[in-house]
Amino acid sequence: MNRNNSQEDTHRTIERVARESYGRLVAYLSVHTHDLASAEDALSEALVAALKNWPRDGVPQNPEGWLLTTARHSFIDVVRHQRVALASEPTLKLLQENSTNAVLSAEFPDERLKLLFVCAHPAIDPAMHTPLMLQTVLGLDATRIAHAFLVPPKTMGQRLVRAKTKIRDGGIQFEVPQERDLPRRLDGVLEAIYAAFGIGWDDMFGIDQRGRDLAEEAVWLARVLLQLMPHEAEVQGLLALMLHCEARRTARRGPDGRYVPLSEQDPKQWSLPLIEEAEHHLREAFTQGRSGRFQLEAAIQSAHAERARSGRIDWTAIALFYERLINTSPALGTRAGYAAAVAEASGPEAGLAVLESIDLDTVSHYQPYWAVRAHLLQRLGKAREASDAYDRAIGLAEDPAVREFLLQKRG
Amino acid sequence: MQFALMIYHTPQEFAMRTNDYADPHLGAWRAYYKALVEAGVYVSGDALEVPETGTTVRLREGKRRVQDGPYADTKEQLAGFIILELPSVDAALEWAARCPGASLGAVEVRPLSPEAKRRGFTGESKQ
Repeated sequence: MNRNNSQEDTHRTIERVARESYGRLVAYLSVHTHDLASAEDALSEALVAALKNWPRDGVPQNPEGWLLTTARHSFIDVVRHQRVALASEPTLKLLQENSTNAVLSAEFPDERLKLLFVCAHPAIDPAMHTPLMLQTVLGLDATRIAHAFLVPPKTMGQRLVRAKTKIRDGGIQFEVPQERDLPRRLDGVLEAIYAAFGIGWDDMFGIDQRGRDLAEEAVWLARVLLQLMPHEAEVQGLLALMLHCEARRTARRGPDGRYVPLSEQDPKQWSLPLIEEAEHHLREAFTQGRSGRFQLEAAIQSAHAERARSGRIDWTAIALFYERLINTSPALGTRAGYAAAVAEASGPEAGLAVLESIDLDTVSHYQPYWAVRAHLLQRLGKAREASDAYDRAIGLAEDPAVREFLLQKRG
Repeated sequence: MQFALMIYHTPQEFAMRTNDYADPHLGAWRAYYKALVEAGVYVSGDALEVPETGTTVRLREGKRRVQDGPYADTKEQLAGFIILELPSVDAALEWAARCPGASLGAVEVRPLSPEAKRRGFTGESKQ
């Protein structure tokens, strides 16, 4: 192997270790001090040191342990500088632990679950839950997060700093919530992970797909969470939902980049391994016997996936899942999806009636409502009304491929 | 709060603009305009002719300087603008992302200066 290749390998190893260990290291370094910003600074210094040393000295036997030790050294340097302000019990504890060098082994506790609960803490602005997770658990930079959330990069950076200051100084505990609070607090974590994934993928009629380009990151977070909480039905449900959607990723675009709605996708292009994995998690979830929002959403996607096996879709079942979903979370997207399912099960008039029950003021900015409405009006032969609704859907669409698709359907 | 959405195009993108009613890009614009009006956020706006039709005027030391073409010598030039009434910059960025100009060229979002009105620039100042 020539030198260039081995250097490339080393860089790839660093990238992999950084990706796999980032959250574990940040969580471990901040669990006592609550100081996420300093933990992240220390870790990025350690990564810079790795980029300098590893290509020269070779990758250490225990890369994660090496990063942790190096990060702890620079963390302590930072802390020493701020010593007057920060000479607190946890800081001193950390200094002490370092002197005994107890953590060089790979065995240090995985505190990421606490970190996930901190990121989605009710005292933190809900809009910052997902950005915090993406940064502290996955190491994404503020600019990339800003792109995904359509926020000016500088603003996102400031909001992240503010949120971390609040975590450090606001008495927010790094802990797994007690039984009593767990369901509600876990909902917050799940919502935040799903928010990284983007809006629903119920793309039957050209519903705008504003994915955040963070689907992989969201799936990764869900996998981490499942590993840490293997017996929570809703965690299984969330992972199943996202895997079902991921299974259709390539089928959603034609070879020419054209948008292909779910109903016109070729199931042969769906990823069977991902579908099987999704189904496995959904079955596991059902055995827990505790229903929930994400399991219902995953069940809807599972019913769509059934087309790959039997060529059929059970729209009555889908409509029923939606009905139950509306009872737990009556979001606009759920109601639009319900209308679409009712239309398939009982005809476009019935679907339209569901849409008519939604207050018009709430949908003036909501693209999926107009896409479904346009489709149903077209099926009813109401050409002019359909064309008006298509215009609204097109005007609210962000994805150019979806816009193109709707323009063609409008005719 | 009012925001300007300023649409910028390269010469190639300017060349792609047509007046053909059936042109899909124009269809997208019509739909976008309709969505803005129906959502109750539209104030005003218009498209501009190509930059070459512009003329730039300066007065320096009492002398007139007239220059062919646009003020700035940049690749991307102002192609049009929209003024929207919105509660926040977040909402303005949402609408910018939906703008057909954003998938062809670029859209800059900038708040209108509320100071201008207070200073009496528009003659609407209240003492």
